[in-house]
Amino acid sequence: MRKMKNMNKTTKENLITYGMVIVAYLMVEILLKAGMISSLLQGLLVPLCVYVVLAVSLNLVVGISGELSLGHAGFMCVGAFAGAFFSNCVKDLITVGSVRILLALLVGAVAAAVFGLLIGIPVLRLRGDYLAIVTLAFGEIIKNVMNVFFIGIDGSGIHISMKDKMSLGMAADGKVIINGPQGITGTPKDSSFTIGVLLILVTLFIVLNLIHSRDGRAIRAIRDNRIAAESVGINITKYKLMAFSVSASLAGAAGVLYSHNLASLQASKFGFNTSILVLVFVVLGGIGNIRGSIIAAVVLTLLPELLRALNDYRMLIYAIVLIAMMLFTSSPAGKAFRERFSLKRLLGRTKEGKEEQ
Amino acid sequence: MKKLLSLSLAAVLAVSATACGNSGSNNADAGDSDASAAGTEAGTEAESTESTGTESEGTESASADGGAFKIGAIGPMTGAASAYGTAVMNAAQIAVDEINAAGGVNGYQIEFNPQDDEHDQEKSVNAYNTLKDWGMQLLLGTVTSAPCIAVEAEASADNMFLLTPSGSAVDCISGENAFRVCFADPDQGTASAQYIGENGLAEKVAVIYDSSDVYSSGIYETFVTEAANQPFEIVASEAFTADSKTDFSVQLQKAKDSGADLVFLPFYYNEAALVFTQAAGMNFAPKWFGVDGMDGILSGVEGFDASLAEGVMLLTPFSADAEDELTKNFVAKYGELHNGEIPNQFAADAYDGIYIIKAALEQAGCTPDMSASDICDALKTAMTEITVDGLTGSGMTWSADGEPSKSPKAVVIEGGVYVGM
Amino acid sequence: MSFLSYLINGISLGSVYAIIALGYTMVYGIAKMLNFAHGDVIMVGGYAALTMMLNLNMNPFVAILVAIVVCTVLGICIETIAYRPLLGAASPLAVLITAIGVSYFLQNVVLLIFGSNPKSFQSAVTFGDLQLAGGGLVISDEAIVTIVSCVVIMVGLTLFISKTKAGQAMQAVSEDKGAARLMGINVNGTIALTFAIGSGLAAVAGILLLSSYPSLTPYTGSMPGIKAFVAAVFGGIGSIPGAFIGGILLGVIEILGRAYISSQLADAIVFAVLIIVLLVKPTGLLGKAVQEKV
Repeated sequence: MRKMKNMNKTTKENLITYGMVIVAYLMVEILLKAGMISSLLQGLLVPLCVYVVLAVSLNLVVGISGELSLGHAGFMCVGAFAGAFFSNCVKDLITVGSVRILLALLVGAVAAAVFGLLIGIPVLRLRGDYLAIVTLAFGEIIKNVMNVFFIGIDGSGIHISMKDKMSLGMAADGKVIINGPQGITGTPKDSSFTIGVLLILVTLFIVLNLIHSRDGRAIRAIRDNRIAAESVGINITKYKLMAFSVSASLAGAAGVLYSHNLASLQASKFGFNTSILVLVFVVLGGIGNIRGSIIAAVVLTLLPELLRALNDYRMLIYAIVLIAMMLFTSSPAGKAFRERFSLKRLLGRTKEGKEEQ
Repeated sequence: MKKLLSLSLAAVLAVSATACGNSGSNNADAGDSDASAAGTEAGTEAESTESTGTESEGTESASADGGAFKIGAIGPMTGAASAYGTAVMNAAQIAVDEINAAGGVNGYQIEFNPQDDEHDQEKSVNAYNTLKDWGMQLLLGTVTSAPCIAVEAEASADNMFLLTPSGSAVDCISGENAFRVCFADPDQGTASAQYIGENGLAEKVAVIYDSSDVYSSGIYETFVTEAANQPFEIVASEAFTADSKTDFSVQLQKAKDSGADLVFLPFYYNEAALVFTQAAGMNFAPKWFGVDGMDGILSGVEGFDASLAEGVMLLTPFSADAEDELTKNFVAKYGELHNGEIPNQFAADAYDGIYIIKAALEQAGCTPDMSASDICDALKTAMTEITVDGLTGSGMTWSADGEPSKSPKAVVIEGGVYVGM
Repeated sequence: MSFLSYLINGISLGSVYAIIALGYTMVYGIAKMLNFAHGDVIMVGGYAALTMMLNLNMNPFVAILVAIVVCTVLGICIETIAYRPLLGAASPLAVLITAIGVSYFLQNVVLLIFGSNPKSFQSAVTFGDLQLAGGGLVISDEAIVTIVSCVVIMVGLTLFISKTKAGQAMQAVSEDKGAARLMGINVNGTIALTFAIGSGLAAVAGILLLSSYPSLTPYTGSMPGIKAFVAAVFGGIGSIPGAFIGGILLGVIEILGRAYISSQLADAIVFAVLIIVLLVKPTGLLGKAVQEKV
């Protein structure tokens, strides 16, 4: 464990990660002020933050705790619905967008953390691919159940149904907030790039501190050798659960950010495919490498949009690039290739490039 | 090692971000300065109007005299819903080419730019922003309901004119800037229930619907609500979801056991083809009643035995074998350009959509040098003044809330063709 | 009566899951990788058979053979280009991601070639449905063929793996790659053979899926693929009889859940049962009792 040898190096590494986010933020803000950023990129800023937070939080489970989770989108779903439900309820009470979304973020994060705990307790008894499939199963269950939730509010209180809108039995003045498959519409657009970046920084703060704390070392010890960790008295369930629920709650917060960026929110978005997408960010960025997750999330979210000029071939090229990137970064042959060719020089250049900015 | 990699990736990212920003700003500039620069631009390119070719994307074609209207379109061209988006884009392109060949709108050509949204809200908003960077002045889309709601919120904030060919959920056109070509979901549900009730088609009705789909569950809700006022009884309502839409045996068995003499199917022809096949396998032959998504059952599924759909009733605004000149011409052209495919109701809505935009632009006397917002303001009034005869209805008019006035036409499939009821 | 007919429907659906799961579990058992592109190979098999039959008017049985050849070649290509270079990768997840990349790739290539409209075909199985109890119970001929093929393939695979030299090489590779190499086994060749067989099975599965549920789009493979993956885990991933039992049970639970509990929540019920089974028996129904090395 290179990072643990030298605390100074760890601090430096962390500072680089924070610095990267802040520099990127300032750069974008300056370009925004100068009117140099296209509408496409402006629209992508919040989703980028969402995916960065998701990738970093999943990396906590996959990279640091060493468990393959395929149900991350489920927690995002819980957070998104909890947060959007909250905002829709208090839309008329709290009129300041930034206050409302901060509260919604809290609500979403807490709701997702509760789900993380509830699901984590049984799931973490399993290992390897069996754990992966159970997280996938929970993710799908959350999506399916959310799809049949009908919640409405009228004068006499909250009505909940799991069948259809008609069985809510609402009074005429009632308002249906969660409308089954049609989800939640009309959530106020409270998300902004600044809030997104703040959320990234908070996420990084939580995750990086956790990793480098005593608890984090215990979590990594379990990942590297479960039996050895157990024999020195580390409480395996406690630490695994800690990583799992922190990760879930951060995914919930990302969900809140997502739901306050779009006018319509449907549970169908949070299926297996979204979970896999986030996993791709984590693996491509380097398992256990937080900064890598951030970069991979940004690059892979931008990529399909930048490929729009290719029209029909867009997703095909995306798939090819994905395979090629994976082969290049992870295969032994790719590694050898990178070591042989111009890595040193490339490093020199990028460092200069960084300083120029 | 990892550090190296992340740094190099960071550099790539920085470059791509700025590159993206630059190219974007170029586009935006082009859009803003349309008024002054468009003339010269068009002059230098001086393309003739040969854009009726199969593969013409429309984006390159510039008009001969001073600019062109930039119409963007958004719909799923990849992903599970791509059949619908592709039909819309193909048909809209045909309409654009026809209009351009006939001299354009108010003497100006149309540039058409279709963008993919994969039937996803987030991608749809990305597509919308891409089109804004391109300089879009009018939006045809989006094709599917859920993304349409998200895009409509953005378009409403920008005051961008939006005409959705097939986004049928109520919220798709909540803003003043938004109009639609198709029927709204509640209209279809109510009209279907009324039609079944008034014509005494059945006493016991079963409903099978897609509970994970906005369109299908929207129609289901209003159908059930209206059914309470009608002289028939709903004896079974069974759902399926997007994740399990291959096996309908349980839903059909329940409908059969409940003694239903009519089954209402508010969903698309893809799934309906499977329903009919499986019902035939279990000797279940009630009356079938579908909505506009059912259109395409006769020709949309290649290799489907159309005799299974015999006797199916549906409410549809469009019929590909109608005898009028407009439909015949459109169906022939579509088939010619796309391997003999027969266009469905999505395609017809989109084709009409382009002509509706044309009529409204002409009514308001818009020119391409107007900003998107000015065009939108002009069209808000113009849309309520025009009357359009199209593939999906004659004498269509619009109210200020964006809904078209046209009544669903009930047809029954007899001998492999639609017959009016 | 209706219970019996639900049960029969469940077994028919389950047999389709089972036949897909056989391919999944075989590749997992030998190569220790989750091949998420398996569902899409099935879809390619379906398109191959369809093109032969509709456009070239081939005899259905010849078409099926051609589809098997196409898928086998495709499987070998995928393995060589996208998976083999990652055999020595630091993390087993790397190959999972390329599998997803391959899945996107296949979907989009087929979308570009065949377009997005669904395609259907008249079932190649035409000996007629089995009618029981005076027509009250119907077992479709497709279901019978699917179940029979499933059993034949299961028995065949088990025999192949335990009796033939190539099969024993597969077992050796799955136990310990390094040791197998030392014993003179061509590890890469064995894994390629595994993929070839798995993909050939995918073609058969594709044709049977399409016979039972005749609607083919470029995305047809993905959901049955995931369900089959669940079935394979259910039965104990890596176990060939487990995949069969897992598939059948999954189909039955899905249908009965939809019939008696809620048609909206059928998928959630399937997954809930899966979770319960795995909590009680953490390596699936027929999974090996030995501790998995993670």
